[in-house]
Amino acid sequence: MDRMNRFALRLALSALFGMSAFRALCQESGRPVAEMADSFRADGKIYVVVGVLAIILLGLIVYLIRLDRKIGRIEKSVSSNQ
Amino acid sequence: MKGALWKWLGAMLVFYALIAGMLLPVPRLPILNETIRNLYFHVGMWFSMLSLWGGSAWFALLQLRTGDSKSDLKSNAAAEVGFVFGILGLLTGMLWAQFTWGKFWVNDPKLNGTAMSLLMYLAYFVLRSSVDDPNRRARLSAVYNLFAFVLMIVFIQVLPRFTDSLHPGNGGNPAFSQYDLDSGMRTVFYPAMIGWILLGYWILDLRARIRFLELKTPG
Repeated sequence: MDRMNRFALRLALSALFGMSAFRALCQESGRPVAEMADSFRADGKIYVVVGVLAIILLGLIVYLIRLDRKIGRIEKSVSSNQ
Repeated sequence: MKGALWKWLGAMLVFYALIAGMLLPVPRLPILNETIRNLYFHVGMWFSMLSLWGGSAWFALLQLRTGDSKSDLKSNAAAEVGFVFGILGLLTGMLWAQFTWGKFWVNDPKLNGTAMSLLMYLAYFVLRSSVDDPNRRARLSAVYNLFAFVLMIVFIQVLPRFTDSLHPGNGGNPAFSQYDLDSGMRTVFYPAMIGWILLGYWILDLRARIRFLELKTPG
């Protein structure tokens, strides 16, 4: 468990370092750093939007599955009537 | 559920595209900013539309070869579902264009070609509804379908490459490497495209089966 924790810490630190190094690289090369939704992400609010989108998509897929089953049932009853 | 495996796969891939597409890092580019993520969703509409209209042309060819009425119904259903995806692609593209190119509609050959293609398929639906005899309707609309498919490819995939276009990979030498896709984006982009295509074919499956049922139960 202790080893796992140390590994996770090392992973997080290297990821953090990697990101900041990349940003420093961008700035040093004189390329303007494009605006991204960084603070939005840091606030964690983006996950709310992702959640809403996921619910909508899930709902649509459940609806497709229900339609599919319903059509399947009608197909069965039509073929048994003939 | 009929053929449940590929339908589940499609749903899972689109779901993955939504989560990973929103949360994984993307290249930091000026003007595009975070809207580069639209690539996973807007382009998916076109992949779906092209594959559905390709399927529609394939079924039209089958209809002409065998005279099978089921192929005719499948061809028509695929054209319809492809049309819906085309409208969605156009609307999402317009929203994206407003915030990156500055206008909802710019005079881009890709946009105009897409609009013309949608009108051509609209004419296909009008042609179908104006012929009463089912055999004549099947043959006529299959021939027109093949004609429309070839012209659609010319309008969307060929002509924009001869002139300047705001779309990546157009106006000059087209190649997938020009899409500015980095390897991180590819891990979302390709599964997303397969997912959207499968989702499109799922809806086509439902549409076609309803048509078959209508054929079996007259009145």
